[in-house]
Amino acid sequence: MSHPSQSSYNKSQLTRSRTRDAWLFLLPTLVVLSLVAGWPLLRTIWFSFTDASLSSLEATQFVGIDNFMYLLDDATWRQSFKNTLFFAVISVSLETVLGLLIALVLNAHFKGRGWLRTAVLIPWAIPTIVSAKMWGWILHDVYGVLNEILLFFHIIKEPLAWAASPDLAMASVILVDVWKTTPFMALLLLAGLQLLPQECFEAARVDGIHPLRVFWRVTLPLLKPSITVAVIFRTLDALRVFDLIYVLTSGSLETISMSVYARQQLFDFQNVGIGSAAATLLFFIISLATIGFIMAGGLKQDGR
Amino acid sequence: MSKKVMPKKGLIGAIIGLILVVGFYIFTRQSADHAGGSDGDVIHITCGMVGLEFKTCQEGVALWEKKTGKKAKVLPAPNGSTERLTLFQQHLAAGSDNIDIYQLDVVWPGLLANHFEDLNDYIPQDERRQYFPQLMENNTVNGKLVAMPWFIQVGFLYYRKDLLEKYHRPVPTTWEALEETATLIMEGQTKEGNSLWGYVFQGKAYEGLTCNALEWIHSQKDGGTIVEADGRVSINNPAATQIVDRIASWMGRIVPEGVLNYEQEDCRGVFQSGKALFMRNWPYAWGLLNSDDSPVKGKVGIAPLPCGINGKTTGALGGWNLGLSKYSKHKKDAADLIRFLTSNEELKRRSQAGGYFPPMEKLYQDGAVLSSNPLMKAMGLVLKNAALRPARQTRSKYSQVSSAFWNAVHHVLSKKITAEKSFQEADKKLNGLSQNGTKWV
Repeated sequence: MSHPSQSSYNKSQLTRSRTRDAWLFLLPTLVVLSLVAGWPLLRTIWFSFTDASLSSLEATQFVGIDNFMYLLDDATWRQSFKNTLFFAVISVSLETVLGLLIALVLNAHFKGRGWLRTAVLIPWAIPTIVSAKMWGWILHDVYGVLNEILLFFHIIKEPLAWAASPDLAMASVILVDVWKTTPFMALLLLAGLQLLPQECFEAARVDGIHPLRVFWRVTLPLLKPSITVAVIFRTLDALRVFDLIYVLTSGSLETISMSVYARQQLFDFQNVGIGSAAATLLFFIISLATIGFIMAGGLKQDGR
Repeated sequence: MSKKVMPKKGLIGAIIGLILVVGFYIFTRQSADHAGGSDGDVIHITCGMVGLEFKTCQEGVALWEKKTGKKAKVLPAPNGSTERLTLFQQHLAAGSDNIDIYQLDVVWPGLLANHFEDLNDYIPQDERRQYFPQLMENNTVNGKLVAMPWFIQVGFLYYRKDLLEKYHRPVPTTWEALEETATLIMEGQTKEGNSLWGYVFQGKAYEGLTCNALEWIHSQKDGGTIVEADGRVSINNPAATQIVDRIASWMGRIVPEGVLNYEQEDCRGVFQSGKALFMRNWPYAWGLLNSDDSPVKGKVGIAPLPCGINGKTTGALGGWNLGLSKYSKHKKDAADLIRFLTSNEELKRRSQAGGYFPPMEKLYQDGAVLSSNPLMKAMGLVLKNAALRPARQTRSKYSQVSSAFWNAVHHVLSKKITAEKSFQEADKKLNGLSQNGTKWV
C-alpha cells in the first residue's frame, strides 16, 4: 500500500491525522456502546462476585468466587452447559449442510429464482417467539398437524409427544431451529457463491470435469471464508439460545440452555449473584469460542 | 484529499455524533416521562387473561369508572404464573410507576412484600374482617397487608358425564378408581374407533405441576405438603413417593405423554375437543367448557379430586390478590379501585359473570351466588382440606422450593428415575437451602 517515494514525515502525519479522524468518528459509537453494553456488562460481572438478591439490590456483600463454585457444582448448570453445546454443534452442522445445498440450488439459473429466494427467507423473517409458538401447535401431541400427517402415511403408529417426551424434546428444538435458521445460512453462503470467480468453473467445464469433483475441489475451498464467517455467526448465536427453548419446552431440564438457566436464577429465584455468575460464565464461553474461531480462521487464511 | 480538510470533517462527524447521542438521551427521557405523565390520572391495573378473566376484570373496572368518573386502564399480564412473576419483578425492581395495581398470586406476598403498600391503611377494618382469615393471614407479612384477596380457586376433577353414563361407572373418588375407570372406558372407546385419553393434568415443569403434585401427595394419609408449617422438609416420605410413582405409571397408558408440556389451557384444549375423559383443572374452565361453541357443552361434570390411600379429598389452594405498588403516583385512587374490585357486590357480580369464587365467607350462603355455579357448594367441602403451598414458611425461597419439587416430579413422570430416588435428591436440595429446615430466609 505505502509508496517508498513518500517522505516519512508526510506519511506519518497523514497516518496520524487519519487515525485521529477515525477515533473521532468512532467516538459516538464508543460512547453509546459503553453506555448500553459496557456498563451493564461490568455491572453483571460485578454482581457475579456478590450475593445480590432481586428483592434488595442495595444490601449486597462481596463473596469472591463462591457463585462460580456453586455453578460448577450444580447438576442443573452442568446439564444446561451440555445441552447448549449439543444444541449448538448439531443445529449449526445441520444448518450449514442444508444451507449450502439450498445456496447451490438458488445459485443455478432457472425461472422463478427471484421468487424462490424471497420465499426461502420467510422462516427467518418470522420472529422466533411466533415461530416457536406456531411449532408448539404443529408438534402438539393430541391436536398437532405433524402427528396427523405422519399417522396418515403410516410412518408412526401412535402420536408422539414431540416437545414433551424427554427423548424427543431436544430433537424438536433442533428441528425448529434448523427450520428457522437454515435460510439465514443459505443467504450468507449464496452471497459467497456469487462472489466466486467464474473463470475456474469455466475452465473446469472446458476440461469436462465431473460436477461433484468441481464441487469438492473448486467450490468448497473457494467458499471456505464465507462458510467460516457463517458458522461463526451461527455458533455464537446458538450458544446463547433462549427464546426458542423458553417458549417451546420452557422449564424442562432436558432442554434447559445456559441462558434459560441464568434467567431462572436471576428472576425466578431472585439470585442476582448466581444468575449474574451464570451470565458472566456464558459471556466468557462465547468470547472463548469467538477467539478460537478467529484464530482458526486466521490460520487458514495464512495457509492459503 | 488535503490534510487540512480531514480534521474538519472529523470534527463535523464528532459534532453530529454528539448531537445524536444527546438527542437520543433527550428522546428516551421524554418518552419515559411520556409513559408516566401523559396518562395523567389514569390508574393502571394488571389482569390475567386465562379464560374469561380479562373480560370480567375490564367489566369491573368499567363499573368503577362509571361510579367515580375517574379513569383506569387494564393491562394484560402473561398467562403462566412464572412468567407473570418475572415480569412484575422487573417492573418492581426498577421502581416503575407504570403499573399501580398488581394482580398477585397467593404464593407471592412473602416474596414481594417490600414493593407494596400496607392496605391496612386504606381499607377499614370492618371490611377486612369479611374475608377468609387464612387468606388475610397469608397476605400479611410482618403486620403489613400486602394485598387484598380477590378470587380463590382449587383444583377440581372434570369428567365426561356422558361417557361415565354410557359405561355405567360412578364418578371416581379414589385415584385407584380413576385409573380403573379410565382404562375401561378408553378400551371401550378405542374399540369403537374414537381414540380417547383417560386423564390430563398440568404436567409441564412449572408452578402448575407443583399444584397438581401437591394435591396427589396431600390426598394421601401423611403425604405432607413438601415443607411443613414448622419449616421441616417432608417431601421424601413413602406416602408421597407411592402416589407419584402411581401417576408416573399412567404415562403413555392413560395419560398422554404430552402432559409433560401442558399448562392449564393445553389441558382444556384436549378435554374440550373431546379427547380426554378426566381432567384436573382450576374452576375457570367450567364456564368455557359449557359455552355455546364448546363440543362438550352439557356433557361435563365436576367433582372434588380423588382421595389417596386412607386419605382425603383435597385441592391446591390458588388464588389472586390485588396489591398496591409502593411506586404508584395515584395511591389514593388506586386503593379505592382495589377496594371496589374486592367489595361485596363486585365479588358477587364476578361469581355470576365468570364463576370466580369469592374469598368472602358470607357469600357462600348467598342464594344467588350459590346458584351461579354448581361448584360453590362443593367448594366449602374442599376448602376445609385445601392444600396450601408451602409459601409462607419458605418465604423468599419459595420459588426455589417449588422449582425443585416440580423438577423432581417431572423427572419421575418422564420415567427417568423412581420417585424415591428423585425425592431423596430433592430432600437433600431443600435441606441444603434451609440449613436442614431450620432457617428459611
